[in-house]
Amino acid sequence: MTAKTIIAREFKTVNGISGPLLFVQGTRNVAYGEYVEIIAQDGSVRHGQVLETSFEMAVVQVFEGTGGLSREHTIVRFTGEPLRFSVSTDVIGRMFNGSGKVIDGGPPIIPKEKLDVNGSPINPKSRAYPTDFIQTGISAIDGMNTLSRGQKLPLFSGNGLPHNEIAAQIARQAKVRKTEEKFLLIFAALGITVDEARFFINSFEESGALSRSVLFINLAQDPAIERILTPRLALTTAEYLAFEEDYHVLVIITDMTNYCEALREISAAREEVPGRRGYPGYMYTDLASIYERTGRVLGKLGSITQMPILTMPNDDITHPIPDLTGYITEGQIIVDRALHRRGIYPPIDVLPSLSRLMKEAIGQNKTRDDHRELSDQLYYMYAEGRSLRELVAVVGEEALTERDHMYLRAADRFEREFVSQGRYEERSIEQTLDIGWDILSSFPESELKRISLNTIQKYHPAKRSKVS
Amino acid sequence: MLKQKLKFGIIKKVVGPVIFAESMENITMYEMVKVGLDKIIGEVIRIEGDNAVIQVYEDTTGVSPGEPVEPTGSLLSVELGPGLLNQIFDGIQRPLTVLEKDSGFFIKRGVYPDSLPRNKKWHFIPIKKVGDEVVAGDILGYVKESPLLERHAIMVPPQIKNGQISYIVEEGDYTIDETIAKIDCGSNNVVEVNMVTKWPIRKPRPIKRRVSTYLPLITGQRIIDALFPIAKGGTAAIPGGFGTGKTVMQHQLAQWADANVIVYIGCGERGNEMAEVLERFPELKDPCSGLPLINRTILIANVSNMPIAAREASIYTGMTIAEYYRDMGYDVALMADSTSRWAEALREISGRLEEMPGEEGYPAYLSSRIAEFYERAGRCEVLGSDERYGSISVIGAVSPPGADFSEPVTQSTLRVVKVFWALDTSLAQRRHFPAINWLTSYSLYKNDLDLWFAKYFPNWSSLTKEFMQILQEEEELIEIVRLVGPDALSEFQKLVLEYARKIREDYLMQHAYSPADSYCALKKNYYMMCLLSYFYNESKKLVDRGIQVSKINSLPSVQELSRMKFVSNEEFETFYLNLLERLKKDLSSLVEGVKS
Repeated sequence: MTAKTIIAREFKTVNGISGPLLFVQGTRNVAYGEYVEIIAQDGSVRHGQVLETSFEMAVVQVFEGTGGLSREHTIVRFTGEPLRFSVSTDVIGRMFNGSGKVIDGGPPIIPKEKLDVNGSPINPKSRAYPTDFIQTGISAIDGMNTLSRGQKLPLFSGNGLPHNEIAAQIARQAKVRKTEEKFLLIFAALGITVDEARFFINSFEESGALSRSVLFINLAQDPAIERILTPRLALTTAEYLAFEEDYHVLVIITDMTNYCEALREISAAREEVPGRRGYPGYMYTDLASIYERTGRVLGKLGSITQMPILTMPNDDITHPIPDLTGYITEGQIIVDRALHRRGIYPPIDVLPSLSRLMKEAIGQNKTRDDHRELSDQLYYMYAEGRSLRELVAVVGEEALTERDHMYLRAADRFEREFVSQGRYEERSIEQTLDIGWDILSSFPESELKRISLNTIQKYHPAKRSKVS
Repeated sequence: MLKQKLKFGIIKKVVGPVIFAESMENITMYEMVKVGLDKIIGEVIRIEGDNAVIQVYEDTTGVSPGEPVEPTGSLLSVELGPGLLNQIFDGIQRPLTVLEKDSGFFIKRGVYPDSLPRNKKWHFIPIKKVGDEVVAGDILGYVKESPLLERHAIMVPPQIKNGQISYIVEEGDYTIDETIAKIDCGSNNVVEVNMVTKWPIRKPRPIKRRVSTYLPLITGQRIIDALFPIAKGGTAAIPGGFGTGKTVMQHQLAQWADANVIVYIGCGERGNEMAEVLERFPELKDPCSGLPLINRTILIANVSNMPIAAREASIYTGMTIAEYYRDMGYDVALMADSTSRWAEALREISGRLEEMPGEEGYPAYLSSRIAEFYERAGRCEVLGSDERYGSISVIGAVSPPGADFSEPVTQSTLRVVKVFWALDTSLAQRRHFPAINWLTSYSLYKNDLDLWFAKYFPNWSSLTKEFMQILQEEEELIEIVRLVGPDALSEFQKLVLEYARKIREDYLMQHAYSPADSYCALKKNYYMMCLLSYFYNESKKLVDRGIQVSKINSLPSVQELSRMKFVSNEEFETFYLNLLERLKKDLSSLVEGVKS
């Protein structure tokens, strides 16, 4: 709205209310996407955004929901501006609700800039490809599905699984080694319970991360439609801090499933043609407008790394929410129920997990030169072991060859020694890789086909002990 | 085409990327319009009386009813001329490098720089002279566009049916706007030709005729070249769930396919992937010339959070550019990643228009749009009085929801394409890449192209058939193992399983990021097949004599088969002869062991 004068206009012509939507009549010149304030009969102010506008009518989504609004007494104020959020470095260490109001009892934020919460797409030409290894201290991630700075890597989990613990552990431990750069955590809670929110806040407090974090909290009891806004506030803040103030920002958003539910609710209220399972056909594009606000930009020091958490309904990875997410994000970390039941923490199933940016983040000068080959070999070993487990279930152990037994034992060790670790155990990448070598050393060299002879010579425990 | 009087329309309604406007008399379908005070670009997609529906190629936030709509009188077009190569454009051909300079790293709205550089001078070498008769498509001269494309042909535009050259410039440096020739088309109609032309993106550029495809597009990917080859001018689809390696595949093909020009369309995918291409392609060298691959590449990047209508257009923008290079007589390969995102853009626009939905909310015209797009591929004799042939090969990635291939986009695509590379989630989870499922994939070009391969490698076809047969047998044997355990297998069946495992792991698996393995020349490919086949056929004889498979397998030369893929293309012939010799020796030593 560059060349336009900003004029606020008020209307009392609410014609219809449906779900989270208000239909306002006779609204000429209302702009698409405009920020709206809605004043209820009792004087309380809610806010919303224009979803559709024409000569006759504007459709407004109300973030706080429409409960308690009436046709007669509601005043709708169109502000003539897109929805903006006030940012400055003052936001660091502060807590906001899901629509950006300060809720920690502290003073209001003195803004340096007021930014459109919808952001703008980053020019692909201006992006810098993520290559900096982030050490999370968790072997299943560092060793097998490495995270790098500027990556968007979600946790796919299920109800009742310890994804919150894993996310908190990552937030606690994540670091880029050999650097002392400005690191920040932005946490956006979408419709999580009070207990979950408390768990995160306590955990951040414990580790001292709270003073260098920004929290946006929308709880389960808070308005559902507000969840459309919350991640956008978090990412607007992240973009400001990363690209204007040179911070390295890690954004954790939980739980994206609640976001998608809110999206579906609005779509249903607008009577749109639904896509799969009632979710709107544009959900991919909408999710992309969140996930893609991640990355590094050429010529800027800061970066945004995103780790959204989502609970897969009924553990179904083909459900539209994880499915569309997986198509946008650069991999996924899968939290698995079967491993959890067997008492393994973190119950990360490395086989379906993936980090698309791993290849550039590992190797010499980043992690260690054997990393790629070692993780390939571990993958092969574990996949082989797992498929043999299925075979054992059918034909029994007797039918197996000695080679098969070797793989079965190694797969068990992999889960118990490599994947499994303590909630406060922080492993360096070298420790992680050495555990991997330890497990592989039970195989004859001829089975280690994915590792070059040079690397075996250099890192195989049997060889190394001979040297020393 | 320009109208005498352009009358402004008025915006009536805004719904996301779709705008309804009134008093739009004399507007044409697919005409380009400028919307609102910011003059953002849109295209008319429906006309009802004086009302028009417009899809807008940028974010419509802030646009309100009552603002003007300005018709431009022309269809949505792209600029064609020297300067396309080595560039990155968005879906409506805005050069992203220029946008970055003008407005920083966030893409701003309403900025429309020229698609091609206006001040750059190109060295033009004429090959025609005054008085020559020319027809549409005839080459007037050449421009060196990039080190990998020395002869960018400046052609007589298709609009000129025939005429006589009344003026042509000397060899020298010219900008694309300068007149380089005048063509007298008779009846006092003299057309000035410069080096840039415009062409509407939704209209295929004309050709003389289509011809049959019989040359393979060599990709350097073993499973593709040997088992499921694609022809120059052919069409292929790569469907696969997320994480199955569609994009890596597309990147590999863009790197190694032996085409003259690559058009790579990142359609609704990740921004970082485009950054990767931009970072890696200038470093990667063409296997033939040793020059950076970016010199033959044109990138169209409309990533997932860029405006959705421009995503819809990006496919056509890329195709029109591909057709332009085809018309010069080049082989062009076009990669579209991913056509599903394009189909979703169609769906979203259709939903906003409140059209009656077809399957899964997609519009009823989905499959005809897909078919139209793939029909623009092919090998043809192009316009011009000399006999020139060019081709466009199209490789489209498809992203089926939940990796379920029965969904409408995959199915509509499979109805029109001739090659199907089915990516398999379970293979990808085992880190078997490329994760092309050998049992479900197919290529309808295989038989035709085998004739070409037979010219260079006499038993190519029989080797590939043997591989396919063994892989099929393996599937059946695994079924038996699942039911009754591995003990039930005969020694011979164990050999088949071992051979199949070697084919899968030592041959089909190919490491995209290993320098020696990323590109496999046909010769290396062939020798690898020969070695494996030799191992099998000789071992068969040994098993007949009662020698155990495990014993054969522990021979050092047999073990070495698993590392052969890491031997470089240049050294492979020596390696092959050497290993073959040792295999012979080792295997025959076992026979002697039995005799004694």
